[in-house]
Amino acid sequence: MTARTAEAGAAQTQTYGQAPGLGTLPVLDVDALIDDPGTRIVVCCGAGGVGKTTTAAALGVRAAERGRKVVVLTIDPARRLAQSMGLTELDNTPRRVEGVDGAPGGELHAMMLDMKRTFDEIVEAHTDPERARAILENPFYQSLSAGFAGTQEYMAMEKLGQLRAGDEWDLIIVDTPPSRSALDFLDAPKRLGSFLDGRFIRLLTAPAKAGGRAGLKFVNLGVSGLSVFTGLLNKLLGTGLLRDMQTFVAAMDTMFGGFRTRADATYRLLQAPGTAFLVVAAPERDALREAAYFVERLAADRMPLAGLVLNRMHGSEAAHLSAERALAAAENLEEDGIVGPPNGEEDDERSAPDSGDGSGDGSGGLPEESPSAPATAERLAAGMLRLHAERMHVLARERRTRDRFAALHPEVPVAEVAALPGDVHDLEGLRTIGGRLAEQPGVEPA
Amino acid sequence: MVTGKGGTGKTTVAAALALALAEEGKRTLLVEVEGRQGVAQLFETEALPYEERKIAVGPGGGEVHALAVDAEKALLDYLQMFYKLGGAGRALKRLGAIDFATTIAPGVRDVLLTGKVCEAVRRRTRGGGFVYDAVVMDAPPTGRITRFLGVNDQVAGLARVGPIHNQAQAVMRVLKSSETAVHLVTLLEEMPVQETVDGVAELRATGLPVGGVFVNMTRPAVLDRAAVRAAEESRTEIAKALSRAGLGGARRGGKAEQLIGPLLRQAHEHAERLALEGELRSEIAGLELPAYELELLAEGADLPGVYLLAGELREQLREQGVAR
Repeated sequence: MTARTAEAGAAQTQTYGQAPGLGTLPVLDVDALIDDPGTRIVVCCGAGGVGKTTTAAALGVRAAERGRKVVVLTIDPARRLAQSMGLTELDNTPRRVEGVDGAPGGELHAMMLDMKRTFDEIVEAHTDPERARAILENPFYQSLSAGFAGTQEYMAMEKLGQLRAGDEWDLIIVDTPPSRSALDFLDAPKRLGSFLDGRFIRLLTAPAKAGGRAGLKFVNLGVSGLSVFTGLLNKLLGTGLLRDMQTFVAAMDTMFGGFRTRADATYRLLQAPGTAFLVVAAPERDALREAAYFVERLAADRMPLAGLVLNRMHGSEAAHLSAERALAAAENLEEDGIVGPPNGEEDDERSAPDSGDGSGDGSGGLPEESPSAPATAERLAAGMLRLHAERMHVLARERRTRDRFAALHPEVPVAEVAALPGDVHDLEGLRTIGGRLAEQPGVEPA
Repeated sequence: MVTGKGGTGKTTVAAALALALAEEGKRTLLVEVEGRQGVAQLFETEALPYEERKIAVGPGGGEVHALAVDAEKALLDYLQMFYKLGGAGRALKRLGAIDFATTIAPGVRDVLLTGKVCEAVRRRTRGGGFVYDAVVMDAPPTGRITRFLGVNDQVAGLARVGPIHNQAQAVMRVLKSSETAVHLVTLLEEMPVQETVDGVAELRATGLPVGGVFVNMTRPAVLDRAAVRAAEESRTEIAKALSRAGLGGARRGGKAEQLIGPLLRQAHEHAERLALEGELRSEIAGLELPAYELELLAEGADLPGVYLLAGELREQLREQGVAR
């Protein structure tokens, strides 16, 4: 927060001069972002359960159908979403997605990250086959690569780096891992990188290489003695694990230096022009709080933020009818329904409602006690009004949450995406989401 | 253990469960392990330190205590407790060894977190009774829960001897015992239900005890498909009804008449969602687990909301018994 306070404060005063509401806030032009040949990487990040992967996939479909050669890198997608892009298994290679309109000259490819395979490939690429085998068979390596803290994030960023280095793609869209904290993917690679290259792991290797020198080194580090250290580790971890780690580190010796360098390179790639971050959120307090935190952190790390995607917003075509009026009217009708249909209405054309073919299953969901048509119509009308009141409450809550975020970060362009009744299962669904992402008030269709 | 897909309200449900179980003089501990301080935000208190403290009072004088477990501090604690290594702990920290052990070393972090919880479960008062009648953990999400809870098995295999090995095995014994239940929070939406079904299968395959399914944020059924069809067939009558309720004219172009289209579309969406929810409910029923339903909180998850949910849960727990 601190780094941004002054700037955010200044922007706030400007915006507050005008009527509050979205109209005065910057709107995210998604098409301009994905059409720009300068945009090479889009990173979708945000809390879990806000539709990050769906957003990434929908952007991919849209960008491809607007003529770009796109690859979407997903991490642990829901099965049916993966299937919508024709992905059935982790195979770590981009696969062409069928069914995308290729007329404008674009292509869509998609892949699911296989973090163990990615790690194995780094090992294989940087050492001779014999050593590689020794590393791959090491129990310590196996559990490290199978996905403990940080590995998934490191490998996601590693894969992103590889895809970018190949220069085969106009646009890479990456979905971030469902981490403990949404920011882990920024921190974990550095942490893992500096661990693998760090002092501590060198200390571990030392006894395996040459005991004497390590002792001296250790004294230099200002700790009372090697025996305390290895003794402790042995006590704590058990001798077997320490030996496995030492063998692992010894085998990895040739790769030292490489990990931190790679982590640093990926980090710089994320800061480079051509990268755009999209923070994805749903209009809920927790998700937007995390989004705000993200916006601040990206700024602090000088990562280029393109905007906020606000998924699952609700709207109403009858927004002029307030929740209060709708509820009052519903209560009115329900009371009337109990005492029976009112008579003496000035509107006299009481045509019997269509009681033909449809009515057989037409009363299934209704209370049965009042079969007379006007009462039924009243109950139906009351139900519709109650639903409308509920919708208006949801709408008001979502707007409040959104406006809170906007007040704190008035500089962040926002794209709102209307809620769909169900989940996305196919390309058509992704296309619809892509369309909603692009169609924002005030954005001219390109 | 309370798990669930991100966004399903796992923390809220864990808090409500801790509160529901803390009635009539009982004491529960609500544990957070992900470092988000979600519990503190929910209970409107300042950030929780690494220390158990009372955060809420249940009906009849029950108490909810809370703890945010920090892996690094848990490790230093542990070193101090078993090896009296206050100063050496700092030296290890400078070297990056603590960071290594708590964030990078395979599974040590998760062992420490689950270990701390098991310690609280087994802790006894001087009188010999348990300090806590129940310990509720706001656990990692469904996608990671089996790995998180099963990590002790893996670590016990990796560290083949020594205290970490022993600790890991002791923790695993508690986790796999009938004293533990892993509850899954879901919404009536496709992805969370799918994840719940997958999660239950995984937990069962690992031999971890599955508790119940908490269906969160349910909304009342107002109009089903048949009702909406009926409404579509009697637009004129409904326009008149709206008009009688004071919402404008029912004739063509009148205000009430113009409401029909939008209101019907909203009703249609609602009915479609109900139908989908029906399918999802039967999918959940197919798991043959106790299921609890918690209504959507109109004002979002806030402190009064947690108390409301705890009340709902208490009733359902009384009817169905606590899934253990």
